[in-house]
Order: sequence, then structure tokens, then C-alpha cells
Amino acid sequence: MSQVLVIGAGSAIAEATARIYAGRGDRLFLVARDAVRLDIVADDLRVRGAEQVDVLVADLTDHDRHAEIIAAAMDAMPELDIVLVAHGILPDQENCQQNVEDTLYSIDVNFLSVVALLTPLANQLEERAKGTVAVISSVAGDRGRQSNYVYGSAKSGLDAFLQGMRNRLSKSAVHVLTIKPGFVDTPMTAHIPERGILWAQPEDVAAGIVKAIDKRRNVVYLPGFWALIMLIVRSIPETIFKKLSL
Amino acid sequence: MADTLYTSWGRFPQIAQQGLRLAWRGDELPEPLEGTSSLLPYGNGRSYGDVCLNRGGTVIDTRSLNRFVSFDAETGVLRCESGVLLSQILELCVPKGWFLPVSPGTRYVTIGGALANDVHGKNHHKAGTLGCHVRALELLRSDGSRQLCTPDENADLFAATIGGLGLTGLVTWVEIALRKIDGPLLREESIKFANLQEFFRLSELSDADYEYTVAWIDCIAKGASLGRGLFARANHTDSKSQVVDVDRGARVSVPFQPPFSLINRLSLKSFNAFWYMRQRQKQHTRTIHHRPFFYPLDTIGDWNHIYGPRGMLQYQCVLPGEDGRAVLRNMLSDIASKGSGSFLVVLKIFGDRESPGMLSFPRPGVTLALDFPNTPDVFRQLDRLDAMTREVGGAVYPAKDARMSAESFQSYFPRWKEFAGFVDPAFSSSFWRRVTGDKL
Ligand SMILES: Cc1cc2nc3c(=O)[nH]c(=O)nc-3n(C[C@H](O)[C@H](O)[C@H](O)COP(=O)(O)OP(=O)(O)OC[C@H]3O[C@@H](n4cnc5c(N)ncnc54)[C@H](O)[C@@H]3O)c2cc1C
Ligand SMILES: NC(=O)c1ccc[n+]([C@@H]2O[C@H](COP(=O)([O-])OP(=O)(O)OC[C@H]3O[C@@H](n4cnc5c(N)ncnc54)[C@H](OP(=O)(O)O)[C@@H]3O)[C@@H](O)[C@H]2O)c1
Repeated sequence: MSQVLVIGAGSAIAEATARIYAGRGDRLFLVARDAVRLDIVADDLRVRGAEQVDVLVADLTDHDRHAEIIAAAMDAMPELDIVLVAHGILPDQENCQQNVEDTLYSIDVNFLSVVALLTPLANQLEERAKGTVAVISSVAGDRGRQSNYVYGSAKSGLDAFLQGMRNRLSKSAVHVLTIKPGFVDTPMTAHIPERGILWAQPEDVAAGIVKAIDKRRNVVYLPGFWALIMLIVRSIPETIFKKLSL
Repeated sequence: MADTLYTSWGRFPQIAQQGLRLAWRGDELPEPLEGTSSLLPYGNGRSYGDVCLNRGGTVIDTRSLNRFVSFDAETGVLRCESGVLLSQILELCVPKGWFLPVSPGTRYVTIGGALANDVHGKNHHKAGTLGCHVRALELLRSDGSRQLCTPDENADLFAATIGGLGLTGLVTWVEIALRKIDGPLLREESIKFANLQEFFRLSELSDADYEYTVAWIDCIAKGASLGRGLFARANHTDSKSQVVDVDRGARVSVPFQPPFSLINRLSLKSFNAFWYMRQRQKQHTRTIHHRPFFYPLDTIGDWNHIYGPRGMLQYQCVLPGEDGRAVLRNMLSDIASKGSGSFLVVLKIFGDRESPGMLSFPRPGVTLALDFPNTPDVFRQLDRLDAMTREVGGAVYPAKDARMSAESFQSYFPRWKEFAGFVDPAFSSSFWRRVTGDKL
């Protein structure tokens, strides 16, 4: 039985992942900013077999509350085996170009708030010399593109931060997983009109996340074919890439 | 989102249906998309015709409302969001010793969709419809209100919503009473019968002692063999089997849509004869898992594609009383003489347990269900069948219909005007506009 902390538990991908752990009879601690949604998810996980589900309402851009979140989670789950960080927003790129405040806010949600949370958490996990930190980044972090580079740059910063943290914590047997989904059919992307073959369902991504945690993978693209797509995207020379409309 | 996400199972009518998803049960109802006029909830699109479609309107996709709310393993009372599939309920409840009180022939339907059609199963003669087992539901109306409906509270709205074809508002969650079982298996007997008379006799003999009864008939056989077929009857067993309950879903699927229908006179004739002859003995008994027993078609994904791009039409009617039996004979002769019927022609006797649903389809009598490829002749043939159904005071099942006339509907569902008073003013469907002659 594992003890799992889910940050951003109202996310469709996080919820689908939490269901797998609930089905295994694990114990969960959920953090999200919307109290109503949080209770809806918690009730569902209880019915699905979670041994215990605790909840805490917090806006993650409120960095002052991170210590409290970690303390409450460790209080409810002293063994804390897995931390999944899933919260995020997909800002409107064109709007960001006209609006510094919105740009910085999305950098806060997608990058700074995660850094702020992982900084104290990493120390505690290092001390206990066990556990997994799994963070949802994105394929968008692999290369800046004109259509979403505010989002992409936050995820890219996250990738480098996690890389370094993995390097550091590997010495204390703490597992750090970077999760890079492609297009996933969730509320975050509901405004995008077309759904082609590249699109995955949250349940499929969730299964990939749990498998990658179980197997202690470092970086995982979900679904796997994105590894190949992004290899190609990364390998295009910048002189050509800058002229493309991507 | 205007794409093929929103179709119905018969793939007729074909509509470029626009839709929106509702992600949380606490969310407000969306406005219809720009340029569209009304709303309609959409479950999993397993209705055959147009009750789940809204041409020129917006459907609200409920499939993300797939969360459980509560489950009491002692009493078997389950509350869940309306987009939960019956397959998901089974996955949760069967290992804990509980089963659906009523189950249609596919488990890939949402509980909300099942409620809105007030579905029936092979146990109708004992259990009635799904609506008989609904304890409560929450209805979200376009005025922003949320109505708790039970058989006692808001009882009128409750009765209108059971079998209400999605027109009274959006059901956010449903509470049902499950049925206790000792394990996932059933004991099934399959008995050959030579004609309709034998079918009626077998039903009379079996319906008291068997929870589930249904018959498959050979729709090609004529004359003295008219209505020959196989009668299946079953009960849950207490055998504690070690069968591991993993739901593997569709094992094979129809990988593409053939450019024409694979169902024609020749393929039908050989299939029906083969199926009937396959069972050598008069009677065959076996222990069977609930999945192949209740959902034989679910092992073939997208089987509806075999009817080609023009799709198919289902016809399911119920024919009451002695006159109904005579009319059934006429119908089967009509179908056999045209050679136009389908692989799966199903007969069952409905019982007299009344549903709370105002617009509920089942009523005491014999029910016949079959599908037809969409050919130019089929509409005329179905109109003929409708005339026969009307003659004996029967009814046709809206969940399977794409073409009945307003006149037929209004004769089948005499309470339709009373029902119309409960329809949410912002809601409509292709079906509803057709059967009310657009007069509302
Ligand atoms: C292979 C097969 C076998 C079948 N066997 C049977 C059978 O044995 N017995 C039987 O009775 N039926 C049977 N059916 C029909 C099927 O059970 C019904 O059509 C069922 O209602 C489909 O559910 P759905 O979730 O796909 O809903 P949809 O088809 O998407 O919608 C059905 C109706 O429900 C409404 N609706 C959906 N969700 C909501 C909601 N949240 N709130 C309010 N209204 C809502 C829609 O507006 C629509 O009017 C069968 C269908 C198939 C394909
Ligand atoms: N969907 C995709 O295509 C895709 C692709 C690659 C990566 N991702 C990443 O996957 C993760 C999960 O996203 P999703 O697709 O599951 O979308 P989602 O369902 O919209 O989930 C995002 C969640 O983040 C929460 N959130 C946003 N800002 C927050 C804040 N300040 N404090 C607390 N919670 C906050 C939201 O809470 P509310 O419910 O209160 O709004 C929401 O529950 C995100 O990190 C996203 O960047 C998604």
C-alpha cells in the first residue's frame, strides 16, 4: 500500500491517475484550489477503494502555504511514498504578448509555484532517502514555438529544475520523474476544436504515469510516440525552425 | 466541436452535431453554441436513432461526469454521476456481490442515458424497467435550479424524467438500488422451439422460475416454422467461481466501414439457418459469466459498421394481449416474405410491473426487436409495421427509432401532452421535434 500526495488534484490527468492508486487500495492526500471539486474527487476515490482520502484547499500560487501543505500531508501519511504535481494552466499566447501580468502569472503557476513547493519537499525527501516525485511537464517544453512559448518556457524551466534535482537526489535514492504528455483531451484543451490521432485520453496518460513511477523511469513521453516526434522537432536547425509557423 | 464525436448507434440520421462537454456536476449549464437553438444531454450515443441528437442544436456531452458519489456495500445503494457507464458500475460492484437491477444488451451506456430511455432487460417480467430501481436523481434545469427528484419529492418531475428522453433537464447524478448476487456467474438453459406457439408456451412455463428470459428467432423461416428459434432462460448461481473479473472490452472490432451493407438476403438466410441448426440438442445447459450472457455484442467493437455508410434502422415494438400475438404473426410473415430482417431478432414477454416513467415504453405484452439495413424500401415496410402496432394499442421504443410519425408517437404515448409540460424550455431534440410535429 502506498501513500500518495496529489497536488492539483482537480486536473483530469491527476484524477485519472489517482483512480488507479485508489483501485489499489492506497492512501491519498489531495490538494486543489476548488473546494467543491476537491470533495467530488475525494468521494469518488473513496468509493473506488482508497484506504483513506484527506483533502486540503489551497491556491498553489500562494507560496506561503506550501510548508503547511507538506506538513499536513506528512501528518496524514507519515510514509509519503509518491508526490504527483499536476496543476497548471495553458495561457493564451497572444494575450500574453500584450499583457505582462498574465504572462508572469502563468509562469508562476506552471513554474515558480512548483519550484517553491519542491524546494522544501526535496530536503525532506533527501533526509528520508526514499520516495518518488513525479511532475507533469509537457512536450511544449522541448522547444519554444511562436504559438505557445510562454507556456513552453515555464515547462522548459521545470524540466531543467527537475533534471538537477534528479541528479542531486539520486544519491539518496529519491526518484524524480519528469512526465511529458502530448495532446490530452482535458478541460485545459477543451477550446481546441479538432481532435486528431495525436490526441490521448487522460486515462491512457494516467496508466503511463503509474507505470513510469512503478518502474522508476526518469523522463517519460506519453503516449510514447511523442519521444520520436519531439526528437525530430528538436533536431531541426534553428535557422530553419525560426522561419516555420509552429 | 462539429465532428463525428456525436453520432447515434444506427448511424442514421447523420447530422453534423455540435457539442460541448460538462466537466463537473457542480458546473452551470452552458449556453447553446453560437448559431444553435437548444440543448440536449448526450450519453454514450448507444441509442439507435435520434433521441440523442439535436440537429441545429448543441448536445452536452456527459461522459466526463463519470464519478461515483457513494456506495453502501451493505445495502447495495449506489449513487453516481450520470456519465458513469454500466460497465464501470459492474467493475466496481460485481466483486462486492452486487449487480445491476436491470441491464440492457450492451454495458457501454451511461446511467443517465439508460435512465432517460428507462431501459429494460431480460428480467423485465420480474424487475420492470431501470426506473423502478431509481431512488433519487438531481436534475439541472436551464433556469439554473437543481431539483432533487425522488418518488416522493418532486414526484411529477421524477416521473417525467424517467424515460424523459433528456428533455426535462440534465441529470447530474442518479441513485439506484442494486441487486445482490453470490458471484459473477449464471446458469443458462437454451431451448430450441419450432414455432411461435412454442415460444409463448416456453415463456409461460419459464417466467415464474427464471429471472432472465429472452428468445432469438429465425426471421427467414416461414410457414409452419414461422417464429422458430432459441429460448434462453437463466438465473444467477451461487457457484463461487475463481473467474478473474477483468473487463477486456471488445475483443475484435469491425476495423473499417465497408462501402456497402454486408447484410443482404443471402447472408441473412445462411446466418439464420446456421444459428438455428448450430444447437443440435433440444436443450443445452451451461454455466456462463455475466458478460457473454448479457452483452454478447460487446465483444465485437463497432459492429454497427457492417451496415455500411447508410446505416441501419432498428424496430422494437410491444404488442399487448391476445390480439398482439396474432399481429406478431403477421409482422413476422411480412418480414420473412421480404427477406429484409436482421441477424438478431429478439422476442420477449414484458411483465406487468409498472414503471414510474410517464413516457416509459415497456408495457405488458410481447416485444419484438430487429434491425434493418437502410434501404429505400425499409421506410415503407416500417410504416406498415407501425400500422399493425397501432391497431393493437402497442408502442414503439423511442431509443431505437429514427422515423416514427407524430401520429404514431402520439397514439403510442398517450401521456405525451402531460409530459410536454415538464420539458425544459431550453431543451429539444431531433426526435422530439419530429414526433410533436414541431407544433410545440
Ligand atoms: C447493442 C445494443 C443493445 C441494446 N439493448 C437494449 C436493451 O436490451 N434494452 C433497452 O432498453 N435498450 C437497449 N439498447 C438501447 C440503449 O440501452 C439505450 O439507447 C440507452 O439509453 C443508451 O444510453 P447512452 O448512454 O448511450 O445514451 P444516449 O443514447 O447518448 O442518450 C439517450 C437519451 O438519454 C438522454 N440523456 C443522456 N444523458 C443524460 C443525462 N445526464 N441527463 C438527462 N438525459 C440524458 C439523451 O438526451 C437521450 O435522449 C441497446 C443498444 C445497443 C447499441
Ligand atoms: N491537456 C494537455 O494536453 C496537456 C499536455 C501536456 C501537459 N499537460 C499538463 O498536465 C497537467 C494537468 O493538466 P490537465 O490537462 O489535466 O488539465 P486540467 O484538468 O485543466 O487541470 C489543471 C488543474 O490545475 C489546477 N490549477 C491551475 N492553477 C492552479 C493554482 N493556482 N492553484 C491550484 N491549482 C491550480 C486547476 O484547478 P481548477 O480546477 O480549480 O481550475 C486544474 O485542476 C498540467 O500541468 C498541464 O500543463 C497537459
